[in-house]
Amino acid sequence: MMFIRATTFFLGVLATLFLGWAGLTLIPGIQIREVKPSSELKPYTEEQLRGRAIYIREGCIYCHSQQTRPEGFGADQLRNWGRPSLPGDYVYDKPHLLGTMRTGPDLFNIAARQPSEDWHLIHLYNPRALSPGSLMSPYPWLFKEEDVFSKEVYAATGERVVPVPKGFAPEDKVIIATQEALDLVAYLLSLNHTYPIKTEK
Amino acid sequence: MSPDGNPFNIDESPELSARVLSDISVSGPVLAFFTSAVVWLLIGTVFGLTASLKFNFPDWLASLPALTFGRVRPAHLNTIMYGWISLASAGCSIWLTVRLCRVEVRWRKLLYPSVFFWNLGVLYGTIAILIGDNRGLEWLEFPRGAALLIAVAFVCLSLSILRTFHARQVKHIYVSLWYILASVVWFPILYVIANLPFYSGVTQAAVNWWFAHNAITVWFTPIGLAAAYYFIPKVIGRPIYSYYLSLLGFWSFALFYNWNGIHHLVGGPLPTWLISVSIVASVLMFIPVTTVAINHHLTTVGHFGKLRYSPTLRFVVFGAMCYTAVSFQGSIEALRSFNEISHFTHYTIGHAHLGMYAFATMILFGAIYYTMPRLVKWEWPYPILIKYHFWLVAFGIALYVGSMTVGGILQGLYMNEASRPFIESVEVTKPYLLARSGAGVLILIGHLIFIYLFCLMILRRGPERKAPPWREKMEVVAP
Repeated sequence: MMFIRATTFFLGVLATLFLGWAGLTLIPGIQIREVKPSSELKPYTEEQLRGRAIYIREGCIYCHSQQTRPEGFGADQLRNWGRPSLPGDYVYDKPHLLGTMRTGPDLFNIAARQPSEDWHLIHLYNPRALSPGSLMSPYPWLFKEEDVFSKEVYAATGERVVPVPKGFAPEDKVIIATQEALDLVAYLLSLNHTYPIKTEK
Repeated sequence: MSPDGNPFNIDESPELSARVLSDISVSGPVLAFFTSAVVWLLIGTVFGLTASLKFNFPDWLASLPALTFGRVRPAHLNTIMYGWISLASAGCSIWLTVRLCRVEVRWRKLLYPSVFFWNLGVLYGTIAILIGDNRGLEWLEFPRGAALLIAVAFVCLSLSILRTFHARQVKHIYVSLWYILASVVWFPILYVIANLPFYSGVTQAAVNWWFAHNAITVWFTPIGLAAAYYFIPKVIGRPIYSYYLSLLGFWSFALFYNWNGIHHLVGGPLPTWLISVSIVASVLMFIPVTTVAINHHLTTVGHFGKLRYSPTLRFVVFGAMCYTAVSFQGSIEALRSFNEISHFTHYTIGHAHLGMYAFATMILFGAIYYTMPRLVKWEWPYPILIKYHFWLVAFGIALYVGSMTVGGILQGLYMNEASRPFIESVEVTKPYLLARSGAGVLILIGHLIFIYLFCLMILRRGPERKAPPWREKMEVVAP
C-alpha cells in the first residue's frame, strides 16, 4: 500500500500554497511597488474620500468596473471610455475598486463623459429619469423630500435642490440632495483619468 | 457487508461498532455545524432571490437602504460562502476525518466554540454589510472583526481535525483525507494573509483575486471532492477506480489551482506576464479535473441504476459531474479570446453558481442525507420529498446556469459592439434575468422542502422507518 509520510505531505501542501502566493502577489507586488503615480493624478480630497466610502457602502462595485481595456480587447476604446488604465492610475486607491462586472458601464472616466453634477444627482435619485431601461437601483435615502412651498427657502439657505424631471418625483415635493449625495457625486466627478501618459523610454 | 449499513444495529461486526462509536463521538458538533449551516442556507437563498428580483423590478423595496442591490448581493455571497457552504463543509470534514481515521474525535471541546465563533462572525459580518459597513473587496466584505472570529473558528476546527488525524488507527490515508488535511492547513493561512492591511491599488487587486479564487481552491472544492471521493465508492460498494489517478489528481490540483486567481483580471491594469501565468495555470487545470472525472466516472459506471435508490448518490454524482463541467468551463473562460466576451457579464455569475451550487452545494446535500441518520439515529421520513428536493433544485440550477450563460454571452457581444448604445447590452439580458428569478424561486422551494425534512430529522418526527429509503426499494425490486 502506498503511504505518504505525513510530514512530507504537509510540507508539499504548504509549498504549493506559498508558491502560488509568491508568484501571484509577492513578486508582482515588488514589481508594482516601484510604480509612481501617473503624473497628473491627484490625491482624493476629503469630500471625494467620503463619497468613495458611500460608493463602497452602497455596493456600486457589483455593477460598475473601474478599468479600461486596451484597443483590440473589447470595445472600451471604440466607446471612448478613455485610454487603457495603468497601475500608476490607482496608487491612491485603498481599497481598490477595479470591479469585475459591467451591468452598468465602466466608471473609470465617467467625469469626462458626464461632467454635470445635476445629471448625477438626478440619476442617483431615480436612474430611469435619465436612462430609460436602466436596471440601476435608486438611492432615495441620499435625498430629502420637502414640501414644495418652502422651495425658495431651501434655495436661500444654500440647500441643493435637485431638478428631477416631472413624473419621477412626488408632485408636491422638492428633492434636496443630502451631504452624502453631494459627496458621492464629488467622487464620481473625480473619476477622470483621460490625461495623457508620458511614455518613458 | 452492506455499504450503507443499518445505523440501528451496532452489533453486526467489530469494525462496524467502532465506526458507530466514532460517529457518536462527533455527532453533537456535526449536528451543530449542519443545523446552523441550514439556517444560513435559508437566509442566503432569500438574499439571493431578493438580489435577483431587484434586476427585474429595480424600484421594488427601493426605499430600504439595507435591501438595496449593492448590499443584498454581497450579503448573499457571504452568507452562502461563509455560512452555508463553510459550516456544512466543516461538519462534513470533521465527520469524514473520524470515519477515515477510525478513531473517536480528538479535542472535541474545540468544536463547539468553533461553531459558535463561526456563526457569530457570519452574523456580525452580514449585519455589517446590510447597515453599510462593507470593506469594498469582493469575497472579503466582512469587517476585520468578523473575519477574525471566522479565522479563530477555523483554527479550532483545523486543530481538532489534525489532532484526530495524529491519533489515527489506520495505515493507509484515503484520498478524501488528503484533501481535508490540505484544506484545513491552507485556508486559515490564506484567510489571514488576505485580511492583512498592507495592500492598496493594483497590488491589492492581485491579492484580492488570488484570495477569492483560492478560497474556492483550498476550501470549497477540496471538501466537495473529499466528499465525492468518499460517498461514491461507499454507497456503490466498490473501491475507487485508481489510486494512482487520485494521487496525480491531488498533486496537480494543489500545484496548478493555486495560480488561477488573476484570470479574474484579464485585460486589466496588471503586468501582462502575471495574467498570462494565471491563464496558463487555468488551462493546466484540465489535468487534475480530467483525472478526477475519470476516477469518479469509472467508479460509478455500471451502477447508475443505484442513483434511483440512494439520495446521497444522486446528489453526489450530480455534483461530481458538475465539477467536471464547471472546471472545463473555467479553463475556457480564462482564455483571452473567450474572456473578451464573457468578462464583466452575467456569464461569470452563471459559472460561479455552476461551481458553488451545482457542484459544492449538491455534494453537501448528498453528504447531509448520508450523515444525518447516523447522527440522530432516525431515518429520513418521506422519500418522495427528497425526490422533489432533488428535482426542484436540479432543474432550478440548470435553468439558472442556462439563462445566465446565454444572457451573459449576448450581453458581452452587445457590449463589445461599439455601434450599439451601451443600454442595449442591458436590455438584451432582461428576459434572462427574469428566467433567473424563476430559477431562484424553484431553488427556494426545494430548499424549503429540504429544511422541513431536516427539522423533522432533528426532532425525530415523521413516520418511523427501519432502513434507508434505497434499501426498502431495493428489497422490493430485487427478488
